[in-house]
Amino acid sequence: MEKIKKITSMQLFLPIVCLVAVLLINVITTPGFFKISINNGVLYGYIVDVVNRASELVILAVGMTLVTAASGGQDISVGAVMAVAGAVICQILSGGEVSVNQIANPIILAVIAGVIVAGICGAFNGFLVAKLNIQPMVATLILYTAGRGIAQLITKGQITYIRDESYQVIGGFIKGCPVPTPIFVAIIVVVITMVILKKTALGLYIESVGINGDASRLVGLNSTMIKFLTYVICGVLAGVAGWVASSRIYSADANNIGLNLEMDAILAVALGGNNLGGGKFSLAGSIIGAFTIQALTTTLYAMNVSGDQLPVYKAIVVVVIVVLQSPVFKKFMATQKARKAAAQGGGQ
Amino acid sequence: MKNLKQKMTGNSFLLIITVVLFLIMYGAGMVIFADKGFAKPQMFLNLFISNAGLLVMSMGLTIVMIAGGIDISVGSVTALVCMVCAKQMEQNGASAYAAVLIAIAIGLAFGLVQGFLISYLDIQPFIITLAGLFFGRGMTAVVSKDMISITNKTFLAWANYKIYLPVGSYSKKGNFIPAYIYPTVIIAILIFIVIALIMKFTKFGRSVYAVGGNAQSAMMMGLNVKRIKLKAYLLDGFLAGIGGFLFCLNSCSGFVEQAKGMEMDAISSAVIGGTLLSGGVGTPFGTVFGVLIKGTITSLITTQGTLSSWWVRIVLSALLCFFIVLQSIFASLKKKG
Repeated sequence: MEKIKKITSMQLFLPIVCLVAVLLINVITTPGFFKISINNGVLYGYIVDVVNRASELVILAVGMTLVTAASGGQDISVGAVMAVAGAVICQILSGGEVSVNQIANPIILAVIAGVIVAGICGAFNGFLVAKLNIQPMVATLILYTAGRGIAQLITKGQITYIRDESYQVIGGFIKGCPVPTPIFVAIIVVVITMVILKKTALGLYIESVGINGDASRLVGLNSTMIKFLTYVICGVLAGVAGWVASSRIYSADANNIGLNLEMDAILAVALGGNNLGGGKFSLAGSIIGAFTIQALTTTLYAMNVSGDQLPVYKAIVVVVIVVLQSPVFKKFMATQKARKAAAQGGGQ
Repeated sequence: MKNLKQKMTGNSFLLIITVVLFLIMYGAGMVIFADKGFAKPQMFLNLFISNAGLLVMSMGLTIVMIAGGIDISVGSVTALVCMVCAKQMEQNGASAYAAVLIAIAIGLAFGLVQGFLISYLDIQPFIITLAGLFFGRGMTAVVSKDMISITNKTFLAWANYKIYLPVGSYSKKGNFIPAYIYPTVIIAILIFIVIALIMKFTKFGRSVYAVGGNAQSAMMMGLNVKRIKLKAYLLDGFLAGIGGFLFCLNSCSGFVEQAKGMEMDAISSAVIGGTLLSGGVGTPFGTVFGVLIKGTITSLITTQGTLSSWWVRIVLSALLCFFIVLQSIFASLKKKG
């Protein structure tokens, strides 16, 4: 009994249970779910697809986790920032043309520019939140609505196509490697973040700022700077995600890159057992959460739910999670349990 | 000097900036685009005609923001209202009167669920209404993925009923062309007056200010904070439903992408009109000017002609950003005394 309690109270318990539940449903509805085959030298199969498609989400969820932990709010502009980064990258690669078959500038230059622009977007959010003390979601709402407009302006209202194979590598496959490249990008991002958080005190600082910003300031932490930094990181990661997403479709579609992904990223963080009010965080939880969400999305698609109907289900999931997380609900459940125990004790 | 400083940092100062900004923008439009008819009275009335729904919705947002909350679901509620009304009238033969009830019911349902979760379960309003935003938009797609145009006769009669005013302009031949408005404008203005009176003179209105200013002291004063917040969200939902219906009267159709980003327009109207994001401060009167500024930006950009419509949202966001920064500066000035 003690052991079970210990397991269920672990932070990663809920995310893993959810992931297993979603996978189980899939196994029942789609018998060939776990089948992996190799066609034309690359891996094929539902599960590969889920892991592959989840890459951008994992990258975003990492940034979202840090922002949530430090500021107790979410960055809802990540989807739009992805679109901006994608637009910048494709516009530089095409050299201003609408559709090109050969890139005009080196990819590395374009990507660095795109990620820097995304970082600037993050810095803008961070400035509003950390320096001016504006609620994170109001501050990021500005870019949430304006971001896609900016992306449209960058691409001049058109979809910029880059039909050059070298650009498709990052969203597709490296020659001779059967594993989709986005998975590697996600792994690299996660590993770098993990190393930074574990090897430096940044992770600890972020948690401490999130738990009590004033107290952290009094013990000598620059809490404004730390909050600001998390938003910049979040922006940069959104830029990387935008790069992968635009490479996948070898174009910059300002209206559709990263559409509704902010909701998925917030969901991933919440599903990972992280408190949306800030404080302690678990990166691993968010990453498992991201895979769960992607598995859910794939499942819903398989059940013939169209893309624009998906938000309904996700909204319901998010509401259920935040209700379960809310202190009021937890307290209510605790008193119910105590009452039950008392009633049992009285009966004996 | 101190008195002046107090006045400067006062919230009425923000409102003055807004009113002056509106006058400057509209005045500039009248001078620059005089040849395109910007100076005509009809142009001014068009601000109300095209933003009647937004005006009503912004009233709702002003209330919840004064109560210290926020609602970013209004745009999706609008889309859902339009879609459900269109579908019921076109495919299920509902009357236009029934459509009004449907619109209000949808709005109230959103207000009730969101308000309950926010006030009684103490969940961040942003998360809940963000879920509401996605839920509403998704539900719209569930109802119908294709665009539905409304052809209901009563509905169209309401939508196209022109009310002529004694003011107007003269055509080149010297004929008098009276300016007109639609019934939506009258409804929106009536709602504005009612809300302004409620916020100013009723117990509920004053309690909303108290709750938003400081929930702790409001509770100590004996106010039922949770119930007041719930009521604020209910009223907001109700207004979102009506606003959605007025929007529908303007667009006469339902489609998934409708009213996208409208929550941003409504929030920025309230903020530009002097509502503080931290709650406790704001007036419906200021919000009207916020809506008018949004309308002026739109008509300036459409009259100009060569700028893409994306600029509307970008300019509005920039303006919102400017006002937020202004608020924050004033807040820090106040703290220093």
